Amino acid sequence: MASNQSVSQSAGTVSPLLARFDAPFIFRSGKSIPGFELMYEAYGTLNADKSNAVLVCHALNASHHVAGIDANGDEGWWDNMVGPGKPLDTNRFYVIGVNNLGGCFGSTGPKHANPQTGKPYGADFPVVTVEDWVNAQALLADQLGIDCFAAVMGGSLGAMQALQWAIAYPKRVRHALVIASTPKLSAQNIAFNEVARQAIITDPEFHGGHYYEHGVVPANGLRVARMVGHITYLSDDVMGERFGRELRDGLQYGYGAEFQIESYLRHQGEKFSGYFDANTYLLITKALDYFDPAAAHDGNLAKALAPARGVGFLVVSFTTDWRFSPAKSREIVDALTANRTNVSYAEIDAPHGHDEFLLTDPRYHALARTYYERVWNSIGSRT
Amino acid sequence: MTTLSNSKMRPDFTIIAGMVRPGSWVLDLGCGDGSLLTFLKGARGVKGYGVEIDDTNVCAALEAGVNVLQSNLERGLRSFGDATFDMVILSQTLQAMHNIEGLMHEITRVGKEAIVSFPNLRYAPNFKQLEAGRMPVSDVLPYQWHDTPNVHLCTLLDFEDLCEQVGLVVAERIALAKGKPVTDNPNVNGELAIYRVKKINSALSGLPQE
Repeated sequence: MASNQSVSQSAGTVSPLLARFDAPFIFRSGKSIPGFELMYEAYGTLNADKSNAVLVCHALNASHHVAGIDANGDEGWWDNMVGPGKPLDTNRFYVIGVNNLGGCFGSTGPKHANPQTGKPYGADFPVVTVEDWVNAQALLADQLGIDCFAAVMGGSLGAMQALQWAIAYPKRVRHALVIASTPKLSAQNIAFNEVARQAIITDPEFHGGHYYEHGVVPANGLRVARMVGHITYLSDDVMGERFGRELRDGLQYGYGAEFQIESYLRHQGEKFSGYFDANTYLLITKALDYFDPAAAHDGNLAKALAPARGVGFLVVSFTTDWRFSPAKSREIVDALTANRTNVSYAEIDAPHGHDEFLLTDPRYHALARTYYERVWNSIGSRT
Repeated sequence: MTTLSNSKMRPDFTIIAGMVRPGSWVLDLGCGDGSLLTFLKGARGVKGYGVEIDDTNVCAALEAGVNVLQSNLERGLRSFGDATFDMVILSQTLQAMHNIEGLMHEITRVGKEAIVSFPNLRYAPNFKQLEAGRMPVSDVLPYQWHDTPNVHLCTLLDFEDLCEQVGLVVAERIALAKGKPVTDNPNVNGELAIYRVKKINSALSGLPQE
């Protein structure tokens, strides 16, 4: 296998795969579903001893489509990170992207029929947690015969899943790459999520979460939810630089999209409401709010991370990320160092805020590439 | 934060290795490209972390296989608990720091012991350059006065005064010139000083056994 391609390419045309699980799945809440499906994509080749698998976990609005070009011609959401010759090099690693349980891109979620009623689950779909997602991903790994991932990687909410993997399945993951994350949401983070939820729930088309049966979607609520979210992904400086107080067509003394930033947010909201499911959005914001592995240990994060002692970590934060600030990543790092866990930490001085984790920052990508070199060297067999 | 970060093998490395007990849990502050930690891993089987501020060095240290944490030492070491490390190392970093007194307290708080190495400004050839009217420039002090990161140069005597002032005792002192130990009048003949220090109260509870 080529070990160090200098030219990076796209993963090419990719098709999703569907995995079926027939045993009941019990959520952290105690609720259960009789069975489920997970939509996933895979890039690269799984080696003979299945030691080169890397799981990439998605954040709020993304999917299993991590890299390459799908049937719609859309590029994967982390295509700059994952592919042949990319920092996470699919010439070496077998990379898996999964649409999480409760999602709206093919995995079992609120849009799907509840076998007990024959109608879509809607708001009756059990509230999912990061723990549930990771447990479901572990079942997929079982089905693929992957005992141990070379690495689990994610940004933001995706990084929480990487962290949870290291806590819940420390023997099944060698390395965790935790980018732009936090060990728990702050009151402010939860507040933003609640505004998003209220926008959706109070939309007249929401119908208590059973809007599918009415043939409508709470698009207005979803738009506003996305607009609020989007504000938290960007830094004040970048927003100012990109939009400033620029007007589209002078002052109109009305409530149209006069400022460029208004137009931009409306466009983002519009685009998002066209493809994302409102119930899934609600579920994912709850998963974010609930994530707090230290809670079961009197708030002691080091205790929560104690099982992860044998896992290697790369933690990365971005200086202008005010959603999950570097101080939050440092809490993770401090807990890991208190446990004498192998961890490296980088704080990238970059302008774009939370969204930086999706951008092609050369320092950040160099770190990821270097760390994957270490991951590669930690794999016994390289067949 | 490191001054000579990219020279692979500095003369103080072997001396520092001699002061570190095998298998120690160490913190290398201003670890540069990780070469000292890599050397100590091989020579003494140590483990631990390096702290570094510079982006390029962080990536280089990561590449060297070191656990590197990007942080500004001037912000202190609050993230580490008391006596977390067997040894804290400040290898040719002290002279580039601003809050030296605070850092001396911090390294002996998080470390049971600390090793501090620094260039000696009173080293005779440095002194000669000063007498000739110029700021000293040498292998150990490779910078021009206007672009040096070394904002706090001192002599062995100065450093020992500071140790006393902040409640530290010197457990060991080795001075080097041209890479070789100097015993005769080290404050004048030593180019590079390497100290092993600890808090006075911890010193009373017994000296380290080598």
